[in-house]
Amino acid sequence: MISSGSRRADAIAKTIIRSSDSFFTLGWVDLKRHYGLLYFLTWRDFKVRYKQTLLGVVWAILQPLAIAIAMAAFLGRLIRMPSDNLPYPVFVYAGMVLWQLFAQGLSESSNSIVRNEQLISKVYFPRLLAPLSTILASLLDFTISLLVLVLFLAYFRIAPTAAEVIFPLFVLPVVLSSLGAGLWLAALNVKYRDVRHVVNFLVQFWFFATPVAYPTSSVPVRWHMLYELNPMVGALDGFRWTLRGQGAFPTQSVTLAVFTSAAMLLTGIYYFRRTEDTFADFI
Amino acid sequence: MRTSSDGNERLAIRCENIGKRYRIGLRPQNRTLRETISGMVRAPFRALASRGRKSENDERDVWALRDLSLEVHHGEVLGVIGRNGSGKSTLLKILSRITKPTEGQAEIQGRVGSLLEVGAGFHPELTGRENIFLNGAVLGMSRREIEDKFDEIVEFAECGRFLDTPIKHYSSGMYVRLAFAVAAHLETEILFVDEVLAVGDAAFQKKCLGTIGNSAKQGRTVIFVSHNMTAVDSLCTRAICLHEGKAVLEGPAASVTSRYLQNWLPAFNDVVHDNIETAPGNEMIRLRCARVRPLNGIATDQLTVRTPLVVEFECWKLSAHSKLSLAAAVVNEHGVSVFVTAENRESPAPAGLLRSSFIVPADLMNNGTYRLRLGVFLNGIAVTVVADWEDLLIFEVHDAASELRGAYHGYWPGTVRPNLPWKTELLEPLPASVPGAQSGA
Repeated sequence: MISSGSRRADAIAKTIIRSSDSFFTLGWVDLKRHYGLLYFLTWRDFKVRYKQTLLGVVWAILQPLAIAIAMAAFLGRLIRMPSDNLPYPVFVYAGMVLWQLFAQGLSESSNSIVRNEQLISKVYFPRLLAPLSTILASLLDFTISLLVLVLFLAYFRIAPTAAEVIFPLFVLPVVLSSLGAGLWLAALNVKYRDVRHVVNFLVQFWFFATPVAYPTSSVPVRWHMLYELNPMVGALDGFRWTLRGQGAFPTQSVTLAVFTSAAMLLTGIYYFRRTEDTFADFI
Repeated sequence: MRTSSDGNERLAIRCENIGKRYRIGLRPQNRTLRETISGMVRAPFRALASRGRKSENDERDVWALRDLSLEVHHGEVLGVIGRNGSGKSTLLKILSRITKPTEGQAEIQGRVGSLLEVGAGFHPELTGRENIFLNGAVLGMSRREIEDKFDEIVEFAECGRFLDTPIKHYSSGMYVRLAFAVAAHLETEILFVDEVLAVGDAAFQKKCLGTIGNSAKQGRTVIFVSHNMTAVDSLCTRAICLHEGKAVLEGPAASVTSRYLQNWLPAFNDVVHDNIETAPGNEMIRLRCARVRPLNGIATDQLTVRTPLVVEFECWKLSAHSKLSLAAAVVNEHGVSVFVTAENRESPAPAGLLRSSFIVPADLMNNGTYRLRLGVFLNGIAVTVVADWEDLLIFEVHDAASELRGAYHGYWPGTVRPNLPWKTELLEPLPASVPGAQSGA
């Protein structure tokens, strides 16, 4: 619907409206045309999160930091939780940073359609932009809290490793699975407001099934295959491996993470696009 | 067949048999997962079967729009009128892609801007400046377009001083001005406008309508949904009237609006509630009936500009001592208030069933459709509103031949049509020197 100003000379935009489109013609071009709106929605989601707060964007650091400190005190000191050759505070903060990205992305994206009800029922835009912008805003938070991780590493005198160059590769399954699950829940949330309650529960459950506070090695080996179906396992294992820069690469969990997160995203997009036409009718 | 393809190229919008079905059973928001699951557990096959079945005509189905075909040429301004629930908004929602049609297809040539609500996407925590960019992007403007028009928008909205204030601190007037300023600078080839856009005070409404008028003059294609017949008449080149999801009238705007007012707006000129328990009202007063009739006739008789009218109300007054008085306001189809009249009461009327009436003399009302609003006021230390019935009566005053018109049979403008006595007298005869002057004697 939007032609970018400079390309006004292009043929007149033509829109066809009919009852249903096939999955492959579902307006991917339209999505590209609206990238400007994606930028503004992301910017809004990020900006509004810290409006009228005293500490502002410091909260992005404080949240994972506070939980990591509590865990370091209780689990690291008192219980002496093993931490795979990393100082426990570094181990747990590295886990928290990625977990926060996942949890925040998941809960905000699953709420994104309902929260934008006013927009959905009054304006057309590719509905995919709403959950997408919340994930991108969470990525901005993540980038900020990552800077603190650098300070952690310096404080504990952990030398930078060559492997750290590939760390974004392990952020990818986190983003994909968070968006994938978020798309499912956002679409379901339009019809079933139960989702709001389910999300809280789901995030807590998922936290226990993710090696944030404890290492994967403490899970019995015979359960590993099942356990690693959780894409967060491979993501965290891989991420921590880059910090250590030595030891065996967690091939199995990382491979599984890539596949399961891709599967979550693809099915999420499919379900979301199948139902998005009726959002305005049900919301 | 060249002519037909040439014709198609100038079409901005083409709808073919568009229909939109809502399933009432599915619409309520309180449909929870539990209900769906328990429904499937109780009758799994029925639940599955009903998913597969499609266009069966279920009694729970409501067609908000059915079999609507429409062609709009480039540069045309099409008005869409009809009662509430006739499918006007659904049509706009389908064309602006907010919802999909259940059947049929529409084709749109050109960039579309749709203004179904001012300030869509405004966020209260963000500043005026930030919201201009956000709202612009939501309406489909590119960042550069917004930057280019930024100063104009600020000037139009008259909010320069508050640009960096969060809009939650704005007055409602400022909020609407800012929202409309962004919308007014949307420059798409095709524009969909819902009347609800024209909110705020009369001056601002005029500004909104003026902006729509301007975009029409610039050769843009506009679809304008409205209840305001005057606005449709003056802005639109063509109009359609929807009734129960179907186009029942189509043609030049003025002819569609006048036929709509005559044939499709319901008339209630006689309202009766016999049961004192359920009649509208409260513990002070209940309304038994309201009617408009010719002075020497009954409510089913035709009212013309030449008939004196009686407007009468019967009310049960339930309290003996309260000093209640009635006031009636009459509004014409253009939303113009024709008159307000109130009962002037010295002492309280006794309790019981009362009839109050007033007479509208002949040769006062112009022809048209009128809506009457009745208010009941309590005259104590201050005046308080006891009851307020809007659109209590809707009645039609028909045109009639009269000596006023002479040989002229066309449209007689005016909010009222009084038969004022004209007087012409001879002040002095022409002097004899004027050529052609002849003495009458």
